[in-house]
Amino acid sequence: MSFAHGEKVRIAPRPHEGHHRTPAYLKGKAGTIERVHDRFLNPETHAYGKDGRPEQRLYLVGFALHDVWPGYGGPRDDRLFADVFEHWLEPES
Amino acid sequence: MSHDAHEHDHSPVTNRDEPPIAARVRALEELLVEKGVITRENVRARIDWLVSRTPADGARLVARAWVDEDFKGRLLADARVAALELGLDPGEAPQVIALENTENVHHMVVCTLCSCYPKALLGPPPDWYKSLPYRSRAVSDPRGVLREFGLTLDDDVEVRVVDSTADIRYLVVPRRPLRTNSLDEETLAALVTRDSMIGVSQPLTPA
Repeated sequence: MSFAHGEKVRIAPRPHEGHHRTPAYLKGKAGTIERVHDRFLNPETHAYGKDGRPEQRLYLVGFALHDVWPGYGGPRDDRLFADVFEHWLEPES
Repeated sequence: MSHDAHEHDHSPVTNRDEPPIAARVRALEELLVEKGVITRENVRARIDWLVSRTPADGARLVARAWVDEDFKGRLLADARVAALELGLDPGEAPQVIALENTENVHHMVVCTLCSCYPKALLGPPPDWYKSLPYRSRAVSDPRGVLREFGLTLDDDVEVRVVDSTADIRYLVVPRRPLRTNSLDEETLAALVTRDSMIGVSQPLTPA
């Protein structure tokens, strides 16, 4: 499944054994696709001596800091952006 | 062989006051060389390359963007192409994206998972960038962290914390200081600090 700029997504809440690049503090959080990057080697297999293929699409996902941290003390418009691989994204209605 | 079958001291093998992490890196390097994964020449060449990079390269990009709107457009569209245009070495990978600070938006960059940083254009990251307090607090209390760096933003400026979690590196294009219309590009570049391109401070103001 691929995603387009502006689309709403949620970071898969699943745990993961071993190296991966999806920060724990964003799992289960809802955000919006801000940029569609290239495809890159999958760090989850590449880190273990495999070739990391097939390459995975990477996205810049934007979140409201108030959604990431329910007690966030700053203004409503403050945001956080992070790069997340496609297989960690779920569509959000 | 079971672990009990051999007898030796398991305390870390360190040189004098060397921190344990340095001993670990050295042991890892020994192993990688021994197994033929890398050579000592690779390691030396990589360190040489890294310490030859400085924030002055990033500053040249920013200063050119301040004086040339078309160049700024190209920098924001593709920082690699813009760097090559100025004769700078953007590195083979990872990709770099430039993010522009404006009157209404302030970007700051962090890597919560390790210490990802646009090394090709800024050189080695500062120690605080790799520290746990910065990495954890930049994403949870960015305005508090910025205040500690001496930068207090108005509430109507949107803070955008960028966590560089994967294959992209982010370079902030800070706002051009006021009253710098008469300055040439080289003088402007001297105002662009490393920290302003990480997004934790504003550029210097002219003397």
